[in-house]
Amino acid sequence: MRRLLFSLALLSALIMLVINILPEPGGERTPHEILRAKHSVTRKPSVDHAKFSVLDGPFENPQDVTRVCISCHTERHIEVMQSSHWNWERIEYIEGKGIRKVGKKNILNNYCIGISGNEQACNRCHIGYGYGDASFDFKNPYNVDCLACHDQSNLYMKAGAGMPDPNVDLAKVAKDVGAPTRTNCGTCHFFGGGGNNVKHGDLEMALFEPSREMDVHMAVDGVNMQCVACHTAEQHQMLGKLYSVSSMNRDRVSCETCHGGLPHADKVLNNHTLKVSCQTCHIPTYAKDHPTKLQWDWSTAGQLQDGKPFSQVDDQLGVETYMSTKGSFVWGKNIKPEYAWFNGTASHYLLGDTFDPADTLQMNSLRGSYDDPDAKVVPVKIHRAKQIYDVEHNYLIQPKTVTNHPGDSAFWREFDWQRASAAGMREVGLPYSGKFDFAQTVMYWPINHMVAPASKSVTCAECHTRQGGRLEGLNDFYMPGRDRVLWIDRAGAGLLVLTILGILVHGTARFIVSRRRNGGH
Amino acid sequence: MKRELVYPVFERFWHWTQAALIILLGVTGFEIHGSLHFFGFRQAVNIHSVAAIAFLILICFAVFWHLTSGAWRQYLPTSTNIRAQVDYYVTGIFRGAPHPTKRSVLSKLNPLQKLVYAGLKVLVIPLMVTTGLIYMFYRYPQQYEVISLNIEGLSVVAAIHTLGAFLLVTFLIAHLYLTTTGTTPTANLKAMVTGYEDLPDEQAVAHERNLLLKTETVS
Repeated sequence: MRRLLFSLALLSALIMLVINILPEPGGERTPHEILRAKHSVTRKPSVDHAKFSVLDGPFENPQDVTRVCISCHTERHIEVMQSSHWNWERIEYIEGKGIRKVGKKNILNNYCIGISGNEQACNRCHIGYGYGDASFDFKNPYNVDCLACHDQSNLYMKAGAGMPDPNVDLAKVAKDVGAPTRTNCGTCHFFGGGGNNVKHGDLEMALFEPSREMDVHMAVDGVNMQCVACHTAEQHQMLGKLYSVSSMNRDRVSCETCHGGLPHADKVLNNHTLKVSCQTCHIPTYAKDHPTKLQWDWSTAGQLQDGKPFSQVDDQLGVETYMSTKGSFVWGKNIKPEYAWFNGTASHYLLGDTFDPADTLQMNSLRGSYDDPDAKVVPVKIHRAKQIYDVEHNYLIQPKTVTNHPGDSAFWREFDWQRASAAGMREVGLPYSGKFDFAQTVMYWPINHMVAPASKSVTCAECHTRQGGRLEGLNDFYMPGRDRVLWIDRAGAGLLVLTILGILVHGTARFIVSRRRNGGH
Repeated sequence: MKRELVYPVFERFWHWTQAALIILLGVTGFEIHGSLHFFGFRQAVNIHSVAAIAFLILICFAVFWHLTSGAWRQYLPTSTNIRAQVDYYVTGIFRGAPHPTKRSVLSKLNPLQKLVYAGLKVLVIPLMVTTGLIYMFYRYPQQYEVISLNIEGLSVVAAIHTLGAFLLVTFLIAHLYLTTTGTTPTANLKAMVTGYEDLPDEQAVAHERNLLLKTETVS
């Protein structure tokens, strides 16, 4: 009896212990509540710019608006002029290349190739007035465009070389200014690469007014966070940048800033945060609403019908699959990201770098591996392209594509690669041999936006599976559920089979013998 | 024949709880490994972790019990009668020969059992516990920045853990089969449930053995 009681006591102790160890139900989440409370408060501005007579106008040119802005905000333009939004370059250290100025002026990308010679079109999104060619005066404070980011009237529009559209009533806009909203940021950042969601895949028009399904943070039926809630700025220096034009691990926006390093109520999930970024599980798909460009083949550009440029549209997605000006595209919607190790540093192909055309050229590459303690798995959009290059010099060509005036060799008017290449290379000051071909290139775009509600996040088995898992391509580490030591599995299975066979033989023999013996009796 | 309490309450509780936990750990473990699909990966991980902790607690109690009750002596491997025991399984069992090892309350295990159980206790289980703990907590050295305790990855740990799992499953299957080799096919099972077993007294054993020897010499 005493023993029985002892055993029962033991059993109950065991059960109590196990119950205590079971994961706690994720009910209270204080940090989240704090975050929600913080972002549900709308700050009321301390001044009403509409009441300032100095902004009555009319303004002859946009520089006059800036002149008025900095008459009160006396030092802000200096801050802006130190920012990458203004300079379109940063001083970066690139492993193997040293300290370089890196930015849109010398980085070629996988889409419209580069801005040089094409400033009229590309630079409509520069926050300066009149960046129409390389001679733009970066030191003139009156060229700073305050309105692009601070307009709240939604009436402001930029045009060629970053000048305002001539129809904009500058006085009206100047009287309705405030902290940047998604509309301010999105007007440029959602349309990179020449259209909605073309470049990033995770930044698109749908984020002007997104649902929770689209993005939990920016959701209008949710926390309704603006871009600047995460991309905070100290003296106009924004946190966060994109690794298509930046190399160093600094000024990054991270989920952990708000959510901490161990954000889950579940220990097993928290264990993942050492090697897996938040985005990997919480952004199961991107390009949720509008398709994004996945492939761009420039080599087919320039075909004409009856001497005229034409385009073809994909009926399902409603986007061009061919344009005489740009070539052929592959688009995708609701895309599962690809995955890469990333430690926060990237390398870049810079204008004039030579490469081996037999290999696929990495326009930018994310650094990191499993062994790198700073690296985590991140979701990426990998954009694949065919870009024009000089077959003698073995470097990419910066062609002139956008026309400023007739006869300027622009490809989108003349459809002549020779003339466009010669003009473009003259613009960037590099020799052109006169011989070109097209090379395979790839570009990595880390996916950071369109965070899904937790219930929609990537499930365990989507990675922890033998075949076809999301991380199938990352093979420099052991992942339970995916990987195995083949000989151990084979030897183990063999051992089991042999054991069972032995039992069958032994058992059958015993059975037969015992029957015979019993029968004999 | 006399009815004796061979397996006291704790020993039975420990045995069956351990059996249940090992089966649960096996099923969930092989699901985590990717060989089975039963609970779903996430549930399998959760169950595996909880069962592992329960098993650890059980091990602590079992070690305590074995040490305080002196039952650990049961497992001291011996070379005597190993040959006889092997012969019994290979040939004797078919002739209806008696077990070569005399079972008693103080000595329940035959020499093969002693060898295998001791192997499990000092080799396989500790290996599984160690690799399992590393598996469970491998992140924490880094979290607390005890860099000297860091491990690079799970590949070796997981390989050893899997190897041990295969050994345990093999043991389990063979063990289940061998329970049928008692005086009747269910005798051993009954003993492990009730604790009581009809142990042959010494005279009966001797008598049977003599009978057998006689029949052999006659034929």
